[in-house]
Amino acid sequence: MIGRAHHAPSSTVALDAPRDESALLRVEGLKVHFPTEDGLVKAVDGLSYTVPAGRTLGIVGESGSGKSVSSQAIMGLHRGSRAQVSGNIFFDSTDLLQIGDEQLRRMRGRDIAMVFQDPLSALHPYYTVGNQIMEAYRVHHNVSKSAARTRTIEMLDRVGIPNPDKRIDQYPHEFSGGMRQRAMIAMALINDPRLIIADEPTTALDVTVQAQILELLVGLQEEFGSSIIIITHDLGVVAEMAHEILVMYGGKAVERGSADEVFYTPGHPYTWGLLSSMPRMDRARLERLRPIAGNPPSLINPPSGCAFHPRCPFMDEAKYHCVSQVPVFNPELPHPVRCAIPEGERHVIFEQKVKPSL
Amino acid sequence: MKAQRDGQEPILRVKDLKKYFPRKTSGVIRRPDSPVQAVDGVSFELYPGETLGVVGESGCGKSTMGRTVLQLLEPTAGTIEFKGKDVTGAKGRELRRLRTEMQMVFQDPYGSLNPRQTVGSIVGAPFAIQGITPEGGVKKRVQELMERVGLNPEHYNRYPHEFSGGQRQRIGIARAVALQPDIIVCDEPVSALDVSIQAQVVNLLEDIQNEFGITYIFIAHDLSVVRHISDRVAVMYLGKIVELTDRDTLYADPQHPYTQALLSAVPLPDPRKENKRDRILLTGDLPSPINPPSGCVFHTRCPKYRTLTDTEKKRCVEEVPLPRETQAGHSVACHYAESTNLAIV
Amino acid sequence: MYAYVIRRLFSGLVMLIVMSFATFLMFFNGAVDPVRYTCGKACGVPGVLERNRAMLGYDDPVPVQYAKFVKGVFVGRDFPDDPALRKSAPETIARCDAPCLGYSPKENSTVTSMLAERAPISASLAVAAFIMWIAFGVGGGIVAALYKGRWPDKLIVGTALIFYAFPTFFIGLFLYKFVAIKWELTPQPVYTAFTEDPVAWAMGLFLPGLTLALFYIAGYIRLTRSYVIEAASEDYLRTAKAKGLDKRTILWKHTMRSALTPLITLAALDFAGLLGGAIITETVFNYQGLGKLAVDAATTWDLPVTVGIVLTLSTIVILANIIVDVLYAVIDPRVKLA
Ligand SMILES: Nc1ncnc2c1ncn2[C@@H]1O[C@H](COP(=O)(O)OP(=O)(O)OP(=O)(O)O)[C@@H](O)[C@H]1O
Ligand SMILES: Nc1ncnc2c1ncn2[C@@H]1O[C@H](COP(=O)(O)OP(=O)(O)O)[C@@H](O)[C@H]1O
Ligand code: SF4
Ligand code: SF4
Ligand SMILES: [Mg+2]
Ligand SMILES: [Mg+2]
Repeated sequence: MIGRAHHAPSSTVALDAPRDESALLRVEGLKVHFPTEDGLVKAVDGLSYTVPAGRTLGIVGESGSGKSVSSQAIMGLHRGSRAQVSGNIFFDSTDLLQIGDEQLRRMRGRDIAMVFQDPLSALHPYYTVGNQIMEAYRVHHNVSKSAARTRTIEMLDRVGIPNPDKRIDQYPHEFSGGMRQRAMIAMALINDPRLIIADEPTTALDVTVQAQILELLVGLQEEFGSSIIIITHDLGVVAEMAHEILVMYGGKAVERGSADEVFYTPGHPYTWGLLSSMPRMDRARLERLRPIAGNPPSLINPPSGCAFHPRCPFMDEAKYHCVSQVPVFNPELPHPVRCAIPEGERHVIFEQKVKPSL
Repeated sequence: MKAQRDGQEPILRVKDLKKYFPRKTSGVIRRPDSPVQAVDGVSFELYPGETLGVVGESGCGKSTMGRTVLQLLEPTAGTIEFKGKDVTGAKGRELRRLRTEMQMVFQDPYGSLNPRQTVGSIVGAPFAIQGITPEGGVKKRVQELMERVGLNPEHYNRYPHEFSGGQRQRIGIARAVALQPDIIVCDEPVSALDVSIQAQVVNLLEDIQNEFGITYIFIAHDLSVVRHISDRVAVMYLGKIVELTDRDTLYADPQHPYTQALLSAVPLPDPRKENKRDRILLTGDLPSPINPPSGCVFHTRCPKYRTLTDTEKKRCVEEVPLPRETQAGHSVACHYAESTNLAIV
Repeated sequence: MYAYVIRRLFSGLVMLIVMSFATFLMFFNGAVDPVRYTCGKACGVPGVLERNRAMLGYDDPVPVQYAKFVKGVFVGRDFPDDPALRKSAPETIARCDAPCLGYSPKENSTVTSMLAERAPISASLAVAAFIMWIAFGVGGGIVAALYKGRWPDKLIVGTALIFYAFPTFFIGLFLYKFVAIKWELTPQPVYTAFTEDPVAWAMGLFLPGLTLALFYIAGYIRLTRSYVIEAASEDYLRTAKAKGLDKRTILWKHTMRSALTPLITLAALDFAGLLGGAIITETVFNYQGLGKLAVDAATTWDLPVTVGIVLTLSTIVILANIIVDVLYAVIDPRVKLA
């Protein structure tokens, strides 16, 4: 099958629209801290972003930057654990951090659904795929088993699983990786949620299967009009999927902008590093890769000031308060960047020193 | 480093290599059943100092091929010639000597290091196993190696869990390099690492290759990394090499329909280009290596096949396409191989 | 699946043959002469040794003895073993029906009938203990896991450990001498056959069952607790939560199913082990079960009985293993018996 892949529509719309008013999801000052024996792990430390209805936000960042933990906080998956969660998460006008367990439970899976990274471990090995999807439907809909079954077969068919009436009675281990992820997506979509959180939905899959799954997600979004948060560390995946991109580093947002802004005029030295450290198939081959020096920051004793400063090649140039002050990140701006260098100067640095080698 | 192939003898010549894993029926009396044909007739040559990239979907036999070449698995059929000498089925002393010349770096930086051994003893293990004492003693040499791969030599007595993923991969590399082998098979050495750390490790592998003149077989599923590091690239599908050529040709002019689909599936980190690109989507999953399809194993999913006439299709279904050179140094195993424009660059 | 069971039964049979032959070699070909233990003081009387030897068939070569033994298992045999002896004294002939495991001259009884007499007692004890240790062990483990790190957890795990630290015979003696006899808190632990009086049967089993159970409970609490905690951290439980399932469904349908499955193997094997008798408990409470029989047989060198018990126990364990594997395949769809 040679066909045109679906693609995210041009991303300029989001810029004109007033960001907050139309937002389906508004995360404000989210903190998730885990007390551990070694100290307090500040996995997410003051994170703010919005997701407008019907749009896709891509969250990127290296492993441990807090992508998964922050998205699990939206679903309230830290409740009942030792995690300390604070801030606000508005879904429409409901603050998901304030409502009771029962009210939140009713929203889980119905208004907000989640697709996880490794579909094999995310599905229960002892129950059939059909049983697990039907369960997701019946918990929010008072329908008979046979009605739920019909609906499940319909969904399996919709996500491209062949022979859904037979497949429904098979166990997860009898599915291939790609089919399992399709089944997960069917489970997430069965209640027609308004927000889908996909946490590295294709990381465990081959590129050929990844292409199928991404295509499926984009197509389903067009059909159902849901908002999507897609979490990944693959910049190619966000380039294909996302209208807006949020870059995270050390539990904080360091840059947010439209896909075009982040890819063509990125503002944060970490984003620059990310873009220039990966080998690219679509550019002339470099003699040598340009890694970001050093290692990811500790979340227990994060570096003072800008968490990126121990690895930042532009710190000296800045002569600003990289070490002493945490640079501000103003989520109200169209393209906020958490860096002490003023925007104008950063732009010059990017154009002169970074862009030529991208 | 570009291999100087003209007039050069290959360091490794693999001919028609097969690795089948036996299976048994489930009756009261168990008989041998059709085996898992993990590697099914793979041939290639490896030239000193080059890097041969190996790509393909999960389960296509990349790791099995690497292990069989190193004789960590016994080949079912085929021959492996190392420096002009047939070493297939080497045993005892010969095998031990071979192990000093061919090493492996594994994917999983967590699982492949013994958690109860210090870094010093992990990196020094090859000396102990081979009964070799390097000049200046094992400890000194190990610390040199640690320094070389970017680890702090003072961490000689630390345990693997005290290191990050990238650092663990450096430990694995130091261990592989210890005996200065001629060939290292790297099985997904950077797949579990973040982009920035991945770049550090790739650079290290390249530096070490230049310094010691090592030849790599670099197995990975990330096509961008393979393009960066390889001189030549082999594309595998269901136990077979379907296309093999030098890196620039493969990425600029892929001719096997599977390679084309694979390359077009990679999402490019460039939204505008992504918008304009046509994508060849494969349908279905990798067929089982227990009952591979007849003729061309790719015909069940081949986008090209669907555009062929019935007589042409018949050929795909019935006749196994053998690798043939469509141009010098570019071998493709497809009856109807041809160029296409994927608009990647 | 059937093919698998047949194959397993077959290999179990082979194992039993090898084991029984090895036991034979060990006992009948060892340093001591087994006949010496058949007559006690009377052995000094001239001719007794020879007579007993011929009567039990110990004068044959070991392979011949083994063949006769196997024949006895399947079709039964008669004692005295020696045809000449049988002819000369037909009144002494004892019929040992299949499955005949031998004849104990000391007890003047076939091994099979001795086992048949004792087995229900041990089985009753095993059942009583099993019920209690599963109820308290698994139940306690679940509660401890749910209150992980809080006081119910600490209380349960701590109490179990205390009981575990005391030796079984001490707990048994305490329960017997104090709880039952001195304070008369419970009925006297006397064995009554189930067929006779089910209520008395159950009452009598309470203390010895508890004694045995206390030994297992601590281990089961710890295991259950860790399995439940482990299961609760599985990715698929996060999925269950994300679907909006309520706590009850998450706990009973999703967590317990995977947490308790591995316990089945252990529980079944422990139970099978107990079926073979609990030596200390049976001794303390003076229950004439298989454990007691085994000890008596061993101390008096009653070799036919010993061989019989060893073989019975092995059979139970082998069967239990097969049952566990089949059960596992029924519960866990990923397990394929092939
Ligand atoms: N020991 C084994 N016994 C039976 N089958 C095996 C064994 N090892 C590998 N296989 C099978 O052989 C095929 C090739 O496996 P291999 O590990 O070489 O794949 P791969 O290309 O390295 O995949 P990945 O990208 O997932 O690492 C697979 O179908 C696999 O299931
Ligand atoms: N339950 C927990 N207890 C302590 N630390 C945790 C816990 N869950 C996550 N973390 C830590 O929080 C950080 C962010 O994790 P995560 O959001 O999973 O990263 P990623 O961006 O890769 O998705 C990591 O350092 C991780 O180790
Ligand atoms: S604030 Fe300073 S250290 Fe941080 S990214 Fe900007 S220049 Fe670099
Ligand atoms: S031989 Fe036929 S089926 Fe195989 S790749 Fe070529 S065109 Fe496709
Ligand atoms: Mg994550
Ligand atoms: Mg592999």
